[in-house]
Amino acid sequence: AALKGGLRFQVSAALKEGHVTPTELCQRCLSLIKSTKFLNAYITVAEETALKQAEESEKRYRRGQPLGVLDGIPIAVKDNFNTAGIETTCASNMLKGYISPYNATVVQKLLDQGAVLLGKTNLDEFAMGSGSTDGVFGPVRNPWSYSRQYKEKSVPKSCSEDEESNWVITGGSSGGSAAAVSSFTCFAALGSDTGGSTRNPAAHCGVVGLKPTYGLISRHGLIPLVNSMDVPGILTRCVDDAAVVLGSLAGHDPKDSTTIQDNFKPFELPNLTDVSKLSIGIPKEYHAPGLSSEILALWSKAADLFKNAGAKVVEVSLPHTRYSIVCYHVLCTAEVASNMARFDGLEYGHRSDMNKSTESMYAATRREGFNEVVRGRILSGNYFLLKQNYENYFIKAQKVRRLIANDFVKVFGSGVDILLTPTTLSDALPYMEFIKEDNRTRSAQDDVLTQAANMAGLPAINVPTGLSERGLPVGLQFIGRSFQEKQLLTVAKWFEKQVKFPMIQLEVKRHYHGAFQHQKSAFFS
Amino acid sequence: WVPVVGLEIHAQISSNSKLFSGSQVQFAAAPNSLVSFFDASLPGTLPVLNRRCVEAAVMTGLALNCSINKRSLFDRKHYFYADLPAGYQITQQRVPIAVNGSLSYSLCIDNKMSQMVTKTVRIKQIQLEQDSGKSLHDDTRNQTLVDLNRAGRLGLFSCFSPPFCPDMCCGEEAAAAVRELQLILQTLGSSQAVMAEGQLRVDANVSVHHPGEHYGVRTEVKNINSLRFLAKAVDYEIQRQIEELENGGTILNETRAFDSKLGCTVPMRDKEGKQDYRFMPEPNLPPLILYDAKSLPANMNHQQVVNVDWIHERLPDLPSVKRAKLVERYGILPEHSFTLLNEDGLTEFFENVVKQTQMKPKKVIGWILNDLLSYLKQHSLIVKESPVSSFLLADLLNLLEKKEISSTAAKQVLAELWKGEGKTPFEIVKEKKLELIQDQKELEQICQAVIDGQENEVMAIKAGNQKVLNKLIGLVQRETQGRSNPVLVKQLLEKKLSE
Repeated sequence: AALKGGLRFQVSAALKEGHVTPTELCQRCLSLIKSTKFLNAYITVAEETALKQAEESEKRYRRGQPLGVLDGIPIAVKDNFNTAGIETTCASNMLKGYISPYNATVVQKLLDQGAVLLGKTNLDEFAMGSGSTDGVFGPVRNPWSYSRQYKEKSVPKSCSEDEESNWVITGGSSGGSAAAVSSFTCFAALGSDTGGSTRNPAAHCGVVGLKPTYGLISRHGLIPLVNSMDVPGILTRCVDDAAVVLGSLAGHDPKDSTTIQDNFKPFELPNLTDVSKLSIGIPKEYHAPGLSSEILALWSKAADLFKNAGAKVVEVSLPHTRYSIVCYHVLCTAEVASNMARFDGLEYGHRSDMNKSTESMYAATRREGFNEVVRGRILSGNYFLLKQNYENYFIKAQKVRRLIANDFVKVFGSGVDILLTPTTLSDALPYMEFIKEDNRTRSAQDDVLTQAANMAGLPAINVPTGLSERGLPVGLQFIGRSFQEKQLLTVAKWFEKQVKFPMIQLEVKRHYHGAFQHQKSAFFS
Repeated sequence: WVPVVGLEIHAQISSNSKLFSGSQVQFAAAPNSLVSFFDASLPGTLPVLNRRCVEAAVMTGLALNCSINKRSLFDRKHYFYADLPAGYQITQQRVPIAVNGSLSYSLCIDNKMSQMVTKTVRIKQIQLEQDSGKSLHDDTRNQTLVDLNRAGRLGLFSCFSPPFCPDMCCGEEAAAAVRELQLILQTLGSSQAVMAEGQLRVDANVSVHHPGEHYGVRTEVKNINSLRFLAKAVDYEIQRQIEELENGGTILNETRAFDSKLGCTVPMRDKEGKQDYRFMPEPNLPPLILYDAKSLPANMNHQQVVNVDWIHERLPDLPSVKRAKLVERYGILPEHSFTLLNEDGLTEFFENVVKQTQMKPKKVIGWILNDLLSYLKQHSLIVKESPVSSFLLADLLNLLEKKEISSTAAKQVLAELWKGEGKTPFEIVKEKKLELIQDQKELEQICQAVIDGQENEVMAIKAGNQKVLNKLIGLVQRETQGRSNPVLVKQLLEKKLSE
């Protein structure tokens, strides 16, 4: 069966009609995970439980009673979501071996719909980073590093050198999830988004990355980075799929007091044909320093696309955009310092052997358990929260945050429906180049275009738009009004249809045997 | 020297589940048996506010004359300690739920409960906050054991008397104020407030200064487990500070623990020190919004929100009101009403006796407070455990009222009843032959016999010394083994002597 490793509606239909069984699907994904192990997208593969779930799903399909569109669909979950019985590490020594006794609400919802949980994906430690390079299990490799598109465009060197030193990063911090979706090992994945952590890797890996409105999806069970900005993120291969997953996750959770009370109605995306009533805003401040000329051109082309189709395209201003990074730095580190306080080695997780006193045990445990990035943010955060600094830093940052949020309110209030911006400053960097700067510098650079949406709690989505000169994906971002995901996704879907982003031509040269090669064509055509 | 006393009080809210998590609340449960994922601070868990705790806080705020903040906020207070699993406590530092209240309490001028004076102490604020777990330090094995049953349970914390208002100035006042607070909390049902069970914890802030000068440095005294120890600790600390200052020393702004065995305060191992708690808003809890009749949106019913006016209408009678009602209804003295309310179940007992006897409440109260209560105290019993029920006591008092026995005899009967052998007063009276002699002739004969046997005394009485008559009455009583009515005996003797 020619399963386009893409449209879930097709996969779902195939399952329903018995063209393929959930077990077959699951097995294929598991074997693909094995053969793409070098991507390092997965920290834990839950083979046994996945197959069991697939079996259960199969029974349901045979009875003609599937739970829904997601029944039997293999998915992956970023390793900062709690999964009962399956290790949850946050890519940190602090939680190595930690087996949570409960499922995050979003995980539970997916399981309740019959989804098959393949495993936990790799990330930057505790979701701090923009490359998925700073976790204890090593960096994630962008599948596009192994695509024909990238190889054709890269400067020819000796074959082995190519792949070893030239591979590009996925972006972060949900790089594992993005890579998993991009390499066809699952049909959808959960990420998290605090400053762009879902949209950034989505852009670099050529997949759809949705950041929902803050408060729409429950954070219960998501190990927090910044409680006031975190959201669970959704990564899929097309916008329709994102809408389906959103529909199964959104809604009030009594266990999360920051979720909205209103009833959420899952929606199907209409096929928009007429964009003449749409007003697209182009925020001039998003022409940020360091934005590659390629992406600038692509952005411009996209604006023209809307204009030519009859939409109103206007330049707008979000004047406080340039303060968002420094504001984020203060608020993020402050919350990190607070949220990481619970990791003391007493109740769970890593505990140092140092036992001279409780204090020395705490200190040793936290030094051993956290990487430099985490420790650095904790120290900064505590500094900002000191009594003598609180007013000048934390309170100030909160006020600036209000200004940033108001920028959006004003613009949306002036008649603009959707904002169109780049997602990243450039295409994915080669790993060797990325690591030349430290995590903090990279984060500050890479979050510039995505961060403000988290400040304001707005929904935003990355849509893969085209390939760069180096043959790597570039995406564009749409930002919508609070809780107007339907409108946002509708526009994104229209755009997706227009740009016809090419499918990755993944060339997995090693670690495969004949049987797989035969399957390969079915997947990667 | 002017001592200044402030109190920090933590009261455990009486509720089925904890303040922010769904786990149960139960005294003396096995260690760590009532701990939810949130209480253990498992990563990814979030606090969810318990409505009952909010109601309890509002009730308490109203009862203490506070302004209720319709919008209050939650904060994180950070410090590291083994019994604080999250590394921070959720509290209300910026805007608590209730502020600026007052508590009136009464104090006896002397020890005899004959003169009571009313005092008022200001209440700075009431806030909802998480409780920590409990640490037990095992010094022999150099370990600390942590029980997280208590974690996440508490709410309520009222802070009395900020240092700059001299509302309380000695241990007795502090204890009386806390006692009154206990009664109020118990009446409201917002907390059981039993200190011994840790449901009410009191820390005292003490300082001294010369009149007219600045307030002195204050120390905090912790580890106070009862009202008695509270009074002792406060008084000791006041004394210690005065002595220290008079000897030219200085007072350190420190935390001290009360050692109940030695009756003194000692410096505590520095648990928190002068810490910066790095307060930060709690991002997972939206502002707490309370409504009143005016602000309640039309389509919401009181099941979904907390309506302050609704709670106000349903407040039960506070202790002060109850006491006033007792005084008015039964004609007892205010001091009596205090004692009645102070003992759990005593008011009920008293009222039951009154219902079942013809004796006037003013007389009944004496039997309750002097006889019953002292028996209970002697045997360390609470009212509920009394072997003498209100029915039995009423029965006994009826016998007395009907003049079938003397009051001395009644006391003897009570002593018998106390043994709890199941006999009725009537049976005991018969058994011990305690009935008053009703036969006048018999009494007259005995009186005559006594008169005949006491020539000297008779002469003294006839000479004008009336006091000696009491001796004769006493002798008659002895002859009759207490079964004569002294009033009647006196009449008979006087009649005979004047013949």
